[in-house]
Order: sequence, then C-alpha cells, then structure tokens
Amino acid sequence: MSDLRLVVCCKQVLDPEAPPTAFKIDSSMRMTLPPDMKPVIGQYDEFALEAALRVRESVGGTITVISLGNGFVRDVIKKSLAVGSDELVLLEDAAFENSDSWTTAVALSRAIQKLDGFDVVFCGRQSSDWDAGQVGFGLAELLGVPVVTLARKVEAIDGTLRIEQVIPDGYQVVEVPMPAVVTVTSELGNLRYPVLKGIMAAAKKQPTIWKPEDLGLDPAEIGSSGRKLGLSKLYQPVKEARCEMIDGESPAEAGANLAIKLREAKVI
Amino acid sequence: MENKGVLVYGEMVEGKLSSSTLELLGCGRQLAEQLGCGLGCVVVGGEDQATSDVCTRGASKAYLAPAPDNVDTHMAVAAAAIEAAKPSVVLVAHAGFGRELGPRLAFRLGVAAATDCIDVKVDSDSGRVVLTKPVYGGNALADFVSDATPLIATVRPKAMAAADPTGAGECESIVLQVQPAEAVARVVERVEEKVEGIKLEDATTVVSGGRGTGGSAPFETILKELADVLHGAVGASRPPCDNGWAPESMHIGLTGKIVAPELYIAVAISGASQHMAGCSGSKTLVAINKDEEANIFREATYGVVGRFEDVVPAFTAKLRELLAD
Repeated sequence: MSDLRLVVCCKQVLDPEAPPTAFKIDSSMRMTLPPDMKPVIGQYDEFALEAALRVRESVGGTITVISLGNGFVRDVIKKSLAVGSDELVLLEDAAFENSDSWTTAVALSRAIQKLDGFDVVFCGRQSSDWDAGQVGFGLAELLGVPVVTLARKVEAIDGTLRIEQVIPDGYQVVEVPMPAVVTVTSELGNLRYPVLKGIMAAAKKQPTIWKPEDLGLDPAEIGSSGRKLGLSKLYQPVKEARCEMIDGESPAEAGANLAIKLREAKVI
Repeated sequence: MENKGVLVYGEMVEGKLSSSTLELLGCGRQLAEQLGCGLGCVVVGGEDQATSDVCTRGASKAYLAPAPDNVDTHMAVAAAAIEAAKPSVVLVAHAGFGRELGPRLAFRLGVAAATDCIDVKVDSDSGRVVLTKPVYGGNALADFVSDATPLIATVRPKAMAAADPTGAGECESIVLQVQPAEAVARVVERVEEKVEGIKLEDATTVVSGGRGTGGSAPFETILKELADVLHGAVGASRPPCDNGWAPESMHIGLTGKIVAPELYIAVAISGASQHMAGCSGSKTLVAINKDEEANIFREATYGVVGRFEDVVPAFTAKLRELLAD
C-alpha cells in the first residue's frame, strides 16, 4: 500500500474548558471569553489529529491539516504541526467568517479537491462552538465518498479502513474502502503532547493560505453570505439560583439531613 | 407548488413506535397545528399497526417501509417520503442513525439542518419555524431559521413530550417503494457490553460521579450502594470515562447519554455545561461537592458542600433507614 494522503480538518475555537461564567455574548451577538483565555483547536479536532497520526505511524503517509476561518492565532493553529502534521493550509479570509455547516463544508471540500488527491479525511464529530456535527457528513456528500462516524479506533489495512465505531453500550467494527471521511470521538484517546523538536519545526513552517478565489469560490457562496441556516438569536437563559443548601455539624450530618429533607419534600 | 406539512421520520421497534418517535409526533403535531398544515409520519419497520398508532396521534398519512439496515437506505426512504409528502419541516430523532440521516439529507437536498434541537416551534411574530439548540457546549442557546425548504431538524431525545393517542382521525397508509442501498461501509462485528441492572435512560434515579471521585473504586462502592438503596443506576460525567474509571456506557452528557430521571444525584461533579446537557431534564437535582463555588450548585435543587467520602455514606445510611419504614 503506497503512502496514504491523510487530511485533518481543524477549527480554532473559544476554549470550551473555560468556566461557564466566563462565556458572555457581546452586543454583536457573538460569544466571547475574556482576552486572557486563548482560543484553542476544537476538542474533537484534536482527537481527529491523533487518529491521523496513529494511521501515519502504522502505514506511512502525509498529514495535511486544513482550517477555515479568519484571524487565526498562529501558535494556536500551528499546534497541529507541532504534534507532527506535515503541512497546514489555512482558508483565511473575512469572506469565510460566520459560516454555517453548509458554507464550511463547501469551502473545505474545494480545498480538499485542490490537494493532490486524498485517502482519508478526518474530522472531529462536532465543533466545540456550534456543536452541529454536520461538516463531516457534508464533506462526504460533496466529495462523493462514504463516511463513518464516531470512530474510537482507525486502522488502514490493504486499501481498507477498519474502524471501531461507538454504539450505545459498546462498539461495532466497520470496514470501508478509501477514500472516505471519518469523524472521530473522544474514546479514541487524547492527542499526544508536542515534543520540543516538533514545536521548533512548526515555528519554522509557514502555512499555505488560500483565499476564496484560489478555490474558485464566489464570496456569495461562502461565509455568512452563502449560509443556509440563519442565526436569529444567540442567548444565555438566566438561571435563577434556587439551590437549597443543606447543612450539618459535620459533612456526615449534612448527608443525613439531606436524606431527611428529600423525604420531607417527598422526593424519595 | 410550495412545500407544506410536517413530516416525522419514525420507527417501530419490537412492535411498538419508539419513544423518540412518540416525542417527534408530539412535537410535530403541535407544529402542524401552529402552521395550519398536515402531519405525516414515516414508520420504518412498521406494518399495519404503525398506521393506526401514528394516526391516533395526529398524523393523517403514514409512510411505511421495511427497517433499513444502513443509513444509505434510510436516505432513500426519507427522500421518497419527502418526494411524496413535500413537507416544509422534517423531524428526525437525534440518536443512532438520525444523527447521520438529518445532516446527510440536508446536504443531499441542498437545504439546511439544525441538530440536537431542544425546541421546534413557530415564532408568533414572524410566522417562521424556529429551531432552538444548545451551542458552546451548552453554555448558550441558539435560535435558527431558514428559507430553504424543507427545513430539517434532528431533535434531542426526551426534550419533547410524547404524543398521547387522542382517538382515530382520517388516515392514509402509503407503502414506499424503495430500493435498499448497498452499504459501502460494512459492519463486520458488534461488541456490546451487557449492562447489568437498570438501563441508565430508563432509571427513575441516577447517581453520577465526576472528576472529583478520583478513581474507579467509588463507582463500584460508595456510588453503587447509594444507587442500590434508591433502586437507581450509576452514571458518570466525561472525565471519569476518559480516565477509564467508568465505562463509556455510563457517560452522561452532550456527547453521551441524555437522561431525565425523577432524581439525579451529582457526586463530585463540577457541573460544566457539557454534563448539564445530559441531565438538565431531571426533575430534582441534588449536588454533593467539596467546592462551594462549583457550577453544579447553580443548577441543583438541593446541595451539600463537603467531601463525597464523608457525605455520601451517611446520606445512604439515613436513606436506608427512612425507606425501611
């Protein structure tokens, strides 16, 4: 089997691990975090990177990371190179801003088609901001290839992918011919830490930047202009703090009092 | 001719409409009333019984097809039903094949889909269908609209009330003629853990452990004892599952199981939005955590601040005593 051409789609997002109280919606209806909280590569995108790295370790190949957006923080998105990917392509332009799943998939699929062929496209199962979980499926439809989702293990064996797919209460083994799209979930295991050599190599590499015109895309078909799903409101429902705290002389007594309270309230 | 109507994509499992199909019918019926249009329901794996089951719940047309064994065949069934019904809204459950069917159908048809919706309704001012879904890991809600038709929504299980049968209405049964698609991705093996005891999604009480449990032992001892006294099931937030302290089948959260029991006891769980997405439908939420600033206390009905090793055994013992009466 010749070296595989592996593609990983990554997105720069607000850090989903930030405390819930840090998330605030601004007057332009955009979600924000305090400036000291750096953006990150989406959680599930990192699992996708790990999946690609493991396949390359086992059978050889090249990993091209593609990311769509605007105003990338270079050292954040370059983590994808620092962990070992071979090259980084950024679809960076104001015209790509405020994409929905449709316009994201359209732009990414054009970029993938501009590469010198592909065997596997890895995506996270959903982005850590909009949680739509659609782009992987969109890429499969637009590229005309099969898709296998919720992968917790991916192996390439003689031109076929052998994937362990998560199902409720277990997993199933799915075989699919390449080229294919695979969406990856957390059960695959954490992305490895970048080693110093990787970080230094990444610092020297320049990403390839593609604009809409490089992909033959009209601004009207992408970003917010081409969206099929309109965002009419982004909001945070106000939660009334209504927790009744149960006390005691000791934690054990508080525990006992909790039982009594639940009984009184006819919860148990 | 403009598309008009609500179409539910449902299924029959072991001779009954699935619980998510009943929820989609509840949502669909209300939506159809608000839009002033008809409600149709696809039932895969359904036979004659399916028609009357959906029609007593408000559908005027039942579209029947054998249960597909791959998503490509589901796509063909859905496409045939959409061709026949010409709906303006399609509702699919956000579970199993539905998570794939909804988005793929949208891309195939060149329309929009919103996934994991917790509400689908008509906005009284604009008259438009609005899809509401949690975003930013549950830290916010988004309302979506679309001009493309049909609008596809995958709906979160347990977010909508199931439709009650309210008597036989006019109903037409249509058998869809669909060629099963050959699955390009083949399932060659299936490995399922036999879950002992009550299924998490069915339990009326759930006791869940979080990162603060520190290991697998509490799940097998302290938490299990509490769950047993309450005839409940044990669950976990994502960190214990990622760390291998609890199996993934116990994972409750945005990308795990969604539960809505009568009583949910969150032990050493911080209450991050991703986890709350899995349990916020619970009737009563009790939180036990040593950190009084933990977000869980903003979500709970009752709370105790303290180390779970100190609080829970005494809680369990007192419950045992009170329930013995």
